[in-house]
Amino acid sequence: MKHAEIEEITILPGRKKDGEAEDFGSIVITLGETISIVGPTGSGKSAFINDIEMFAQHDTVTGRTILVNGEHPPEEYVRDPSKKPIASITQNTQCLADLLVKNFLEMHARARKMVDCEVIQKTIDLANEFTGEKILPGMKVTELSGGQTRALMIADATLISNTPIILLDEIENAGIFKDRVIECVKRFRKAVVFVTHDPLIALLSDKRIVMKNGAVEKVLTPKEEEKPILKRIMLMDKRMDVIREKIRQGESICD
Amino acid sequence: MRLIIVAGPPSAGKTTLTRQIINGLQNKSKNKNKVSYLKIDVVRAFEDEELKKEFGIPTKKIYSGDLCPDHAGIMVLRDAVVWAEENESDLLIVESAGLCLRCSPYVTEGLGIVVLSAISGTNTPLKMGPMITLADLAVVTKIDLISQAEREVFREKIKEVNGNIDIIETNALQGTGMRYLMRIVDSLSDIDKEKVMLKGEPPLGVCTICIGKKDIGWQNHFGVIRRLKDADYLYRGD
Repeated sequence: MKHAEIEEITILPGRKKDGEAEDFGSIVITLGETISIVGPTGSGKSAFINDIEMFAQHDTVTGRTILVNGEHPPEEYVRDPSKKPIASITQNTQCLADLLVKNFLEMHARARKMVDCEVIQKTIDLANEFTGEKILPGMKVTELSGGQTRALMIADATLISNTPIILLDEIENAGIFKDRVIECVKRFRKAVVFVTHDPLIALLSDKRIVMKNGAVEKVLTPKEEEKPILKRIMLMDKRMDVIREKIRQGESICD
Repeated sequence: MRLIIVAGPPSAGKTTLTRQIINGLQNKSKNKNKVSYLKIDVVRAFEDEELKKEFGIPTKKIYSGDLCPDHAGIMVLRDAVVWAEENESDLLIVESAGLCLRCSPYVTEGLGIVVLSAISGTNTPLKMGPMITLADLAVVTKIDLISQAEREVFREKIKEVNGNIDIIETNALQGTGMRYLMRIVDSLSDIDKEKVMLKGEPPLGVCTICIGKKDIGWQNHFGVIRRLKDADYLYRGD
């Protein structure tokens, strides 16, 4: 099974913390979809995406099983990161190499035996769609800001790793344009799973998976009546962006 | 009895990995999987006491002091096998300090694991020599801390050094990826202690610096010496 052939992944239920079976039939994530995992701290959000990342086969603490196109995935999906159809980006994920942005991406492209020379610039251009602070090819990756680093990693996962599934664990504080990330997911037909406390990301998603007590409590799809509220929240978010930028520039917010 | 030798640079995560192995075995069956643990270190080590307290298993440590830890390890390994058998263990885990990268502590029987930290830099595998080339298995730790790009490159570099090595990526604190390692541990066969030999060639002889000559400059030493201006190895007898 090659990356290109992956159409959907299916999550089969495991056990709750008290040992009882989780009560959902199955959850299917299709390419091009945006999913949010929501719930209080300790509710099992990270364990849920960990199951997806490890392609759990009834062998993790949650007892869940992950299928790819309805079948058990091959072992190399987990063991070989270049064959793995999932890129995971968390708050802890860093670029540690003491390299320039272009050399960093070249190193990755070389490891992937890619011959397309344009992919480096395309990746930087895409990353610059996600962040307001422009990334230049000659910058050092270790000197990028948190937002620039996340933007570069998402662009790298999209174009160089070209993984069909991207997991983003609480990246909302990193200062990237979430709506553009979601738009990009649709454009490149990726599935993105957000672990999030951000109401905007949660409401923009195609599905919201609600976690409670280590188990999936319910799966929500956005209701029609949420849409006007979503519009207002998007406006509020834009205004917050403006205020944030003013504060960062050392201006008064009353100007 | 089975044998695992764990090596790797300091703070790569050797002891955390050892913990996960013991934990995995004890979760399965406490009576069937009795582990003995030997730590070889140079100056100080605390892992034996920690593991004894945590798992209630027989542990031992030796300090190599002036000796190279791998040298000390091979000296005591026979005794260690007898000691573990007397403990009626099913598995002996030897953890080496792994400071010097010219030799490796692996033996012809059992499993040799090199533990590498993903945050140590993408070129690190290229610098490590026999510690990777002679290992059966490489465990890459702390993978949750680095970018996808660096993970892939790190793996490529390990493969460049040893194309046949089995690689397992793990975040050993949470134990992701451990299921593959446990499968390998389960499939190990018992060692024949009469057949245990050091796998690699030891480094060339003992040098004059090892025996305590402190003068700087090749003019003051014998054996394999090197001048700044020559690229080749030179040998000078006494």
